[in-house]
Amino acid sequence: MTIYFDKVALGDKLPEWSRRTGFAEWNRYAAVNEEFVPFHMDDEAGRRAGNEQGAFGMGNLRYAYIVNALHDWIGDAGIVREVGCQYRAINQKNDVLTVVGEVTEKTVVDGENRVRLDINVVNQDGGATCPGHAVIVLPQ
Amino acid sequence: MSNDAPTYATEEMRAAQGQWGGTRTAPPITETDIRRWAMATYYPKQPPRIYWDAEYAATTHWGGIVAPPDFNPFAWPVERPRGGSPGLSGRRPDGKPLTGMNGGQTDTYGVPMRPGDIVSSRSRLVDWWEREGRLGHTLYVRTEIEWRNQDDELVRRRMSISIRY
Repeated sequence: MTIYFDKVALGDKLPEWSRRTGFAEWNRYAAVNEEFVPFHMDDEAGRRAGNEQGAFGMGNLRYAYIVNALHDWIGDAGIVREVGCQYRAINQKNDVLTVVGEVTEKTVVDGENRVRLDINVVNQDGGATCPGHAVIVLPQ
Repeated sequence: MSNDAPTYATEEMRAAQGQWGGTRTAPPITETDIRRWAMATYYPKQPPRIYWDAEYAATTHWGGIVAPPDFNPFAWPVERPRGGSPGLSGRRPDGKPLTGMNGGQTDTYGVPMRPGDIVSSRSRLVDWWEREGRLGHTLYVRTEIEWRNQDDELVRRRMSISIRY
């Protein structure tokens, strides 16, 4: 499916993109990003790092979820030009993380049809864990 | 800021500001690297075909398999690069080490990474600022990290904020 620039309006919502996260997701991400940090792998290490619930997830994986949510919306004809975010809250085991976004700006820069969105990754309690923004390029 | 205000900034930081450091080069990217990355970050669902199906990818405007934008070709180096000077991340006046935290980043993407690409990275200290926060006196350090491919095309520019307290 292709999303076209002139069909996108300010206020449009990014289709929600969710994953339940735990060791199955974190270990796979650790394997590809070589991110074998003890507090992501082991509950005791997580508690030693100050998180009472034990091991916790990687910020980089939340970033990947943002990128994936954008790609799944715009398809292979679109381009992810920019993504920025801050890591504000811990990703606990069995959290259901959902990427949300809203279109805030449409511009044409250097011949590119650019759409800017406010982005966040919220957990099952509605907690905002990762505020940020993205810029995508869409075909006319 | 008066002369007796606390600062975690160091002489090493002032000397390094704006100067590009040495270049690191990642091994050539393979289709398997890309497929595994996409499978891990989409798990438990199947990743999009553009990341693993060469026949399909050839029909898109990309003309072939590309890596997800967040793909990291620098994972799994055979020889791990030595860490930079600790002074480049700030230091307490009493010499005790600072605690570090990732404050976030903004990435701008240029051309996509593809199988066979060889990506090089260099970085520089851009600037820093300090303020009193809930963690006490806190230093924010902004670093720019630039990735280019074998044709010197920009792949990614990252502006990264490190929090030190």
